[in-house]
Amino acid sequence: MAKFQDVGKARRRARQARRTYPFTRPQELGSPEVRHFPVVIAGGGPIGLATAVDLARHGIASVVLEKTNTVSDGSRAICWAKRTLEILDRLGTGEQMLAKGITWNQGYVYFGNDPEPLYTFDLLPDKEQKFPAFINLQQYYAEEYLVEKLAACPDSELRWQNEVVGVENGTQGVRVTARTPEGEYRLDCDYLVAADGCRSPVRTMLDLDFEGRVFEDHFLIADVRMKADFPAIRRFWFDPPFNPGRTSLIHKQADDVWRIDFQMGWHVDREEALKEENVDRMVRAFLGPDIDFEYEWVSLYTFQCRRMQHFVHDRVIFAGDSAHLVSPFGARGANGGLQDVDNLAWKLALVLKGKAPPALLASYDAERIQGADENILNSSRSTDFMTPKSEVSLAFRNATLELARDFPFARRFVNPGRLSVPCVLDGSPLNTPDEDRFTDRQRPGAPCIDAPVRVAGKDMWLLKQLGDRFVGLYFADGAAPKDVPGVEVLTVSSGFAANLQDCKGLVAKHFDAKPGTFYLIRPDQHVAARWRRFDPARVGTALARARGGSNALA
Amino acid sequence: MPGKLRTEPGVADPDAFYARLIELHEGLSQDESNKLNAKIILLLANQVGDDAALQEILEYARNSLKK
Repeated sequence: MAKFQDVGKARRRARQARRTYPFTRPQELGSPEVRHFPVVIAGGGPIGLATAVDLARHGIASVVLEKTNTVSDGSRAICWAKRTLEILDRLGTGEQMLAKGITWNQGYVYFGNDPEPLYTFDLLPDKEQKFPAFINLQQYYAEEYLVEKLAACPDSELRWQNEVVGVENGTQGVRVTARTPEGEYRLDCDYLVAADGCRSPVRTMLDLDFEGRVFEDHFLIADVRMKADFPAIRRFWFDPPFNPGRTSLIHKQADDVWRIDFQMGWHVDREEALKEENVDRMVRAFLGPDIDFEYEWVSLYTFQCRRMQHFVHDRVIFAGDSAHLVSPFGARGANGGLQDVDNLAWKLALVLKGKAPPALLASYDAERIQGADENILNSSRSTDFMTPKSEVSLAFRNATLELARDFPFARRFVNPGRLSVPCVLDGSPLNTPDEDRFTDRQRPGAPCIDAPVRVAGKDMWLLKQLGDRFVGLYFADGAAPKDVPGVEVLTVSSGFAANLQDCKGLVAKHFDAKPGTFYLIRPDQHVAARWRRFDPARVGTALARARGGSNALA
Repeated sequence: MPGKLRTEPGVADPDAFYARLIELHEGLSQDESNKLNAKIILLLANQVGDDAALQEILEYARNSLKK
């Protein structure tokens, strides 16, 4: 069962699927009783699977309905950003990703037939963090690790070959109709998370909008398996001799698979372009005649930058590609989607447990629309730079590239993709604005920056100590104050007595902390509030606000 | 390049400026675009003011076309 139609067109040897998972007849089939789950998730891709795993960490049972019987059958998303790895580390698959993936921190940009790069960039200015700027790893690995993780969650279910075909959305819950090879059945849930991809059937069933731009260009992905000693960096070309007038990119993945990407122009014949001899010609022009390779996955794609006007519709919540689409330059698709998951799961869990008002979910809408808009803006600009739409924009583009050879300022104008960085949730209704003076970096709304710490004498990472619950970071020696219900306070200092020993002083540096400084950190590791002095009343008010309480979302 | 020319980044948000510049040309004919560029250059030249820097820019730009 191929998941995506382009797979295998270029060559029969291209992989059809990695492995299949068995269909298990759901107990609801043929039963008059309609079972109820707190959460049903439509779609078993990286976003749906991660949502289920994250909810399980909060004690919320869910069932994932996936229409196929396999994980992604092409490499698809390959670039996993540091923030995504940190989120996956919280979910328990980050270290597997890091071990299997190809680590890279640098990008090289080339222009024309000059073998020397026009310039290079480093995406990880702060080196002392658990995860690198990026790893490259085929999407199916990310999914397989999450499938395994989910299998270890006793109250969560993943149902292969269960397709959502009906959705009755109400103010109190959702009734979902699922189709299986052996018939249809119904499930009730408090919330339905629609993680069913860019063509989201749930979105269509609810007749919801999906607005934005279509970019008039085609790109050919040829993922090839070969032994090559190319560097494991992102190499991007403007106007290379092997694809004149257009752009190309090469990037290493695990298992000696390399992504080669060719801009093809708008007016291509799709059938022709995907013929084996034509794909061969493109790949050979790049690799030369001597390197043996075989195809892993071939796809010809166009792209769009779109989003829904709102991601929350009564009891149906959209996450990932179903809610927003970006061009692939910048790796902002799956990485943006996993930030959706990170933002949504704790909120949904608090609401389902009655510990936060349903209005808290409106902050998911606000915060992730902000994130989606940032991703759409950046990837649209990259695409506009790569694909000039008029003579004058082509002239500016080429002038920029030529100037970039000589001048550092012009390199800033060159846009070969602005790679995914986490959204700083400035202006979020959950933030408590600063009353005290701090540097900007860890301002309310910002995700925490990782740093080495020592816990009970052992070397650990800061981010592993945060997440899943509200944490107070109290920069002080001695005992943590216990008088803020709902917040686990951890002391941070350079001394041994603190919960977190700031062994290299980097935590205090990043957080601009002085003795007495207190940070309130959300379950998704974003800063909610900070003060120069610990005041339980202020922390309590900020906590209520971060949980969608009376000070927010009125 | 020595001299008066500023070659280090000076525009705070290069991506935003570049996007605005390209948008400015949207829907214009080639003649209109040329005129727009000419006006922008003259305004920027007046903003720069410094004769030596302007001379350097003109010479660099012309010479760079020969490469």
